[in-house]
Amino acid sequence: MSSVAQKRGFGATLWDWLTTVDHKKIGILYLLGGGFFFIVGGIEAMIIRLQLLTPNNDLVSAGIFNQMITMHGTTMIFLAAMPILIGFMNAIMPLQIGARDVAFPFLNSLGFWMFMFGGIFLNLSWFFGQVPDAGWTSYASLALVSEGHGVDFYAIGLQIAGGGTLMGGINFLVTIINMRAPGMTYMRMPLFTWTTFVASAMILFAFPPLTVGLFLLTFERMFGGNFFDHTMGGNTIIWEHIFWIFGHPEVYILILPAFGIFSEIFSIFSRKRLFGYSAMVFATVLIGFLGFMVWAHHMFTVGLGPTANAIFSVATMAIAIPTGVKIFNWLLTMWGGSIKITTPMLWALGFIPTFVMGGVTGVMLGTAPLDYQLHDTYFVVAHFHYVIVGGTVFGILAGLHLYWPKMFGTLLNEMLGKVTFWFFFIGFHLTFLIQHWLGFWGMPRRVFTYMDGQGWNSSNLISTVGALFMAIGITVLVYNIIVTSVKNVRVANDPWGDGRTLEWAIESPPLYYNFAQTPLVRGLDTVYIEKMEGNASGLTPAEPVQDIHMPNGSFIPFMMSLGLFIAGFGAMYRAEESWGLPVLIFGLLWTFIAMAMRSLKDDLGYYVKKDEILRDMKRKGGQK
Amino acid sequence: MDLNKKFTPETWPDHPERATLEAKNKFVGFWLFLGGETILFATLFATYLALKNKGPSGFEFTTQGLFELPLVFVMTLLLLTSSLTSVYAMYHLRNYDFKKMQLWLVITAFLGLGFLALEMYEFVHYVKLGFTYDNSAFSSAFYTLVGTHGFHVAVGLVWITLLIYRNSKRGLNLYNATKFYTFSLYWHFIDVVWVFIFTVVYLMGVIG
Amino acid sequence: MMKGLKKWRLFSLLAALTVFLAGCGQEELSTLLPAGQVGKDQFKLLMLSSGIMLFVIVAVMVIYLIAIVRFRRSKLGEDHIPEQVEGSHTLELVWTVIPVLLVLLLAVPTVYYTYKFSNVTAMDVVDEEGNAENLVVDVTAKLYWWEFEYPNLGIVTAQELVVPTDEKVYFNLIAADVKHSFWIPAIGGKLDTNVENVNKFYLTFDKESKDLKDGVFYGKCAELCGPSHALMDFKVKTLPRAEFDKWVTAMKATGEETTDVAAAGQGEELFQQSCIGCHATSAVGESGAVGPNLASFGDRNRIAGFMDHDQESLVEWLSDTQEHKPGNLMPSFGEQLSDEELNAIAEYLMSLSVEK
Repeated sequence: MSSVAQKRGFGATLWDWLTTVDHKKIGILYLLGGGFFFIVGGIEAMIIRLQLLTPNNDLVSAGIFNQMITMHGTTMIFLAAMPILIGFMNAIMPLQIGARDVAFPFLNSLGFWMFMFGGIFLNLSWFFGQVPDAGWTSYASLALVSEGHGVDFYAIGLQIAGGGTLMGGINFLVTIINMRAPGMTYMRMPLFTWTTFVASAMILFAFPPLTVGLFLLTFERMFGGNFFDHTMGGNTIIWEHIFWIFGHPEVYILILPAFGIFSEIFSIFSRKRLFGYSAMVFATVLIGFLGFMVWAHHMFTVGLGPTANAIFSVATMAIAIPTGVKIFNWLLTMWGGSIKITTPMLWALGFIPTFVMGGVTGVMLGTAPLDYQLHDTYFVVAHFHYVIVGGTVFGILAGLHLYWPKMFGTLLNEMLGKVTFWFFFIGFHLTFLIQHWLGFWGMPRRVFTYMDGQGWNSSNLISTVGALFMAIGITVLVYNIIVTSVKNVRVANDPWGDGRTLEWAIESPPLYYNFAQTPLVRGLDTVYIEKMEGNASGLTPAEPVQDIHMPNGSFIPFMMSLGLFIAGFGAMYRAEESWGLPVLIFGLLWTFIAMAMRSLKDDLGYYVKKDEILRDMKRKGGQK
Repeated sequence: MDLNKKFTPETWPDHPERATLEAKNKFVGFWLFLGGETILFATLFATYLALKNKGPSGFEFTTQGLFELPLVFVMTLLLLTSSLTSVYAMYHLRNYDFKKMQLWLVITAFLGLGFLALEMYEFVHYVKLGFTYDNSAFSSAFYTLVGTHGFHVAVGLVWITLLIYRNSKRGLNLYNATKFYTFSLYWHFIDVVWVFIFTVVYLMGVIG
Repeated sequence: MMKGLKKWRLFSLLAALTVFLAGCGQEELSTLLPAGQVGKDQFKLLMLSSGIMLFVIVAVMVIYLIAIVRFRRSKLGEDHIPEQVEGSHTLELVWTVIPVLLVLLLAVPTVYYTYKFSNVTAMDVVDEEGNAENLVVDVTAKLYWWEFEYPNLGIVTAQELVVPTDEKVYFNLIAADVKHSFWIPAIGGKLDTNVENVNKFYLTFDKESKDLKDGVFYGKCAELCGPSHALMDFKVKTLPRAEFDKWVTAMKATGEETTDVAAAGQGEELFQQSCIGCHATSAVGESGAVGPNLASFGDRNRIAGFMDHDQESLVEWLSDTQEHKPGNLMPSFGEQLSDEELNAIAEYLMSLSVEK
């Protein structure tokens, strides 16, 4: 169990990764899984844009186009953006609060494998030729009549992946509540930890409605239930409510961790304490709270009546206020600082104007009577890409460059990083700025083609060219990752030189037990405080060197998720194939037995001996 | 943690369910999980209320015609009593009295089983009347809400059976104390949900 | 809102914005060139909100640019340690209160227009003789076409909505199969056609459509409804009241023509055999047909909502409907009928007109 790099066989390495419960490794797994799906979703996006390159294009058929938009949205949100953010939370948050792992390492691993198997399940639909095609929102009336198993793949795949996310949320909450190092009060937590906390709470309350919604959809499509079919007394609007009660908090779940990453970046690369820290925390909590109050602004045109529309309209506008507070605090963090423009900082600087534009168009859409015009047009497409790409994806890419050394022990090439940024940034605005006007000019979203002579041709052409730029940017990033991984130049604890929080005071990557001694936290930006006072290590230990309790690895999470994956196919083919029901039962039993094994066999973890820790400390010459 | 460490009622901590970090984590985590479960049931309740008495044209089932309060009353009594017996079990957990705790948990499980049996009888009865799952939006929503609760009861029963069986020979320690305690939390939660089902589905269905 | 002096002060800002929104799109389908009161009100809101939002963007960008120009480490030196400012209550208050005011500025007209647009109380008002005072159109959205019934006039048409100008027209919206959304961009905002309930709203049409590029406004389906969602267009013809009344009379007359099979041409005869099961050629009646009503087919602007309106395209459409509009419910006739027969039907259909 030593951290010394030993030469190990492929099998042993694979087994290690399949059974790991180490939050840092699971973070990397999330990053790899999410990264893979990000590429898949990106390819789908390129096909969408190429189809819309010219009027009356026939690159893909109408049916395939609808599958592309559905899978692009679903993949990017559930299988790319969220997992990558959860990856960062896993890799960084425990380090930021001075913990040795998350509260439930086993559940952490289970969450990852459920996400992965759910994602694979969903994407296997391509190989079955029956792909979800009712949009990522899967509105009931269309989802019910969608032929084949496409929507079944959507419902079951997301159910499995969503379960994993829910576990992740509970896990992070408990970690932050119970496992902060001595002195790490709530109001000394780094902002990324705070946003993780609020996003996790939102996951806890937003995912159960999705679970119910998908459950109802599954039972309506596969088991004879009637919830949405109005001829049987059902109601399709129920789906819309349930979906958006989940769906709106979901966009804040996506953006808050990105806000956290940007807060760290502005502070680090301005060499300055985050301006208005307590206001930032308050704004984060307020955004999380208001995020649950505004779901019906996605439904202004459904016909809920003027009172509902007016209330939700004003509530939506209210969210702009805490968000504005955040923007100005970031600006004032830079003001009077010492700004160094590194790649992460460049992404953060790109984020401000982009996100502000996305935010203000959000307020415009929140203006109900105006939304009657803009709803379901390209204006909406432009808006949510400005916030989700300009906020979340920029945040992910910023975090990727910022935390790469902490996760992998080597820096990504700065030059290539900046090339990535400029291609992506210019490409992004080229793609989406013009789409606001396409919306004004009457172009509905989710159209597989458009007729000539409506004045949309050149704008769509520009948009597609922009998408190509973004693709080039991502290609450069992949090249960058490969090249720097091959070179593998090792870096010290704090490669950026201005790290302020605990993660920058330990090795890159950290030893598997993170902290040889649990640190004592003396204030916000504790490492910065220590360094300013002349403590070069940045850490003051809160305990003597002693044995450290660590959790055991386990293969059970993988097996449990696999069982659900198998059961999913059984459920889908239950009605038409004789093997369907047995497979469904077999899969569920498999999961249950794996669960029972976990429950019946005591797993008390093991201790890292004091000697080994002292040996590590000597060799690394790091923590004293 | 040492599983073999022997306690006496005097050395046994006041709050054995959160005496260690792992236990504290489970304790907080389980409360949060129940928070999520609350939202889950709230969504199911909302769906049920929206679809109550709704069906295809010519649909004849209504809450008034269908539900019979005496049976549901007995079910409620069983489940409420089982909640009480699980409190006794927790009382003995606090006092490090393993035998009595096991006894009360077994009683709890049997009461839960009785509840579940009556619920199954109730469902079979409705199905015989023609009120099948795919019969209407009302039936789907009803079986989904009440069935999800019933499923939770069943999961709880399997859980407590495994716990009792697994620990029958080795007595209480700080590792399994949390497990027993979280079970009792879960059981109370199920009970509270049932109180809402009893009120919203049955009482308001028949009287309101 | 925006009355008197205030209006003029805003005017210069609006003018600047109009330049900013330089490309205004095409008259027949742009929300930036509204041709109805609802659309015009919404455009006003667009200008107001854009103005506020531009102000925010400019404010942020000014601070942003000054900050990144003035406080670069390359200027300040590698070793410069900035003062660690905690924050400022005054500033926090400033950037809370100003946005609150901006939001209020937008919220007031928002609430006002939300109620205004949903006011359909005049819909069922009848005069002394029991006739409806206002024109009501029942819209039924279907895969992938639109049915327009005028319940008080007893006529029904499809794909091309004909309405009088300068009066409120009330709509009852519903979908027959899956959810769609009814949207005429140049006239006003959209409203969904749900499957389980009727949605009601009104629009006004201030401009005659005959001067437009195609002589019609464009209407769109705005809710994903299946493969051919993109092709579910409809057209709107707006006429002065007098001409509209004439059109109604002509539509009513289509119900009186009885088909004399012997005298009918080949096209009509074939139509009676193959098509009449789904398509009516009489505009008198109620909605609920399987296929679009074709009584005024010859007057329309597009075939199937999007193809050129000529005989050639029509034959193409009839012979392979699935190729042109995947997922639609009309069978293809290319194999059942010969080219000659298809041409005959097409010719017949093109002759169905109430305006010529």
